Amino acid sequence: MSETDPDGVTDGEDDERQAHTVRLELVDEPGELLSALHPIAENGGNLLSVFHERGSLTPRGHIPVEVDLECTPRQFESIVGALRESGVNVIQAGAEAYGEQVSVLLTGALVGTDLSDTLSRIESCASASVVDFSLMDERGADDVSSARLRLATTEGSVDATLDCVRDVAAGKDLQVVEPLVGADA
Amino acid sequence: MGAGAVGRSVVELAAEYGHAVTAFADSAGAVVDADSIDVAAALDHKERVGTVGEADPADALGTDYDCLVEATPTTLGDAHPGFEHVEAALERDRHVVLANKGPVAERYDDVMALADASAGAVRFEATVGGAIPAIATIEGMDPSHVTAARGVLNGTANFVLTRMAAEGLGYEHVLAEAQDLGVAEADPSFDVDGTDAALKCAILANVLHGGGYSLDDVDVQGIRDIPTSALEIAAEDGRTVRLIGEVRADGGVRVGPRLVTENDTLAVTGTQNIIQLETTNAGQLNISGRGAGGPETASAVLADVGRLPAP
Repeated sequence: MSETDPDGVTDGEDDERQAHTVRLELVDEPGELLSALHPIAENGGNLLSVFHERGSLTPRGHIPVEVDLECTPRQFESIVGALRESGVNVIQAGAEAYGEQVSVLLTGALVGTDLSDTLSRIESCASASVVDFSLMDERGADDVSSARLRLATTEGSVDATLDCVRDVAAGKDLQVVEPLVGADA
Repeated sequence: MGAGAVGRSVVELAAEYGHAVTAFADSAGAVVDADSIDVAAALDHKERVGTVGEADPADALGTDYDCLVEATPTTLGDAHPGFEHVEAALERDRHVVLANKGPVAERYDDVMALADASAGAVRFEATVGGAIPAIATIEGMDPSHVTAARGVLNGTANFVLTRMAAEGLGYEHVLAEAQDLGVAEADPSFDVDGTDAALKCAILANVLHGGGYSLDDVDVQGIRDIPTSALEIAAEDGRTVRLIGEVRADGGVRVGPRLVTENDTLAVTGTQNIIQLETTNAGQLNISGRGAGGPETASAVLADVGRLPAP
């Protein structure tokens, strides 16, 4: 972890430990909660409380868990990233619920390059979730199709999300038609 | 200099704007008359013989004039020979008005250095967005108050995308149609690969950020690979695709197909162009209009001539 921002300016707020709330979705299986809490300790976070709502289910049929922890802002980023990397679905991190949605088109050999793998790689890398998906085959071209994805992501991470989509698409030789970001019409 | 569609329209319309044409040249010939050339005769000569006149093009550069209109074809890299024409005029302390994108897209800093050392001025309204007064608007706002610019800057690519979306036709089919209509060139790569829009973005970036940009600084993606299904699936969600050029506040410049809502201000149809400016105190400005065509572009050239400092 770097102590300075890319522009070389030290981030003064970086050392301050703050309390954060993270809402997770867990599959109802033994050991799930424990493995979800691992990344917090591993990244220097101090666990304050865990509220495990066993009775209620999220719309996806998973169990919601609310975790309070204390850490620096930078640690917090690593923790949320590590949770997502380990396959835990983070619904809300700190004050940030998934506030922004962004649509992109993908074109090319979508089916031939394992579409579900493409989507899950976008979700895990971009810490975004695919909230809408639609696929259409190109007439007269067997191996070409187009897909429209609507991704929900946190406030302010649209650029990072699009970076991920670009990376995943480039790795599979797919074309991306990005949305126009920054032009509010 | 230059007797393509724009150059021809400039000499035809010059009188209407109160200007006399003292020389007119293409790559192989020229006509020079210190009082005023016979425009009709020159265009007729061009039609019959292939050149505007029997004189040497170098004679046109050497004659007496107040302003050189450089409308030769845009070339990349060293912007030859347009750049040399600009250089020759400025070294003689003459004004220059460009319709040729090359010198200000590829060698902006060189052109400005020549202009700084000259009593002549350089203007280039016609290089971005044809008839649209994009540069004059940025100048009027002052570039320091314009934070970003974006828009549809190539009518051919926009026509192709519009027709693909409206008719559900493939890229090749629509391109052939565009070529039949004279909307696309026989070699459309300059337009559909995004090069033309990228040059315009480099020029806008030079104006907004005070120089330093050329084509190499623009991240360019064209529209050749856009399948019809992409436009159809976008339309299902009320969206469409446009080739958009962006000069961002952070200095990034790029051109590529972008997903926009169908009713977005930028989703102009057919060969229309649009330029959207983000300003510090005036919000967003949008100017749309014809981005190409002889008389349209010539009107921008002649407006620039009118903006030149009085001799």
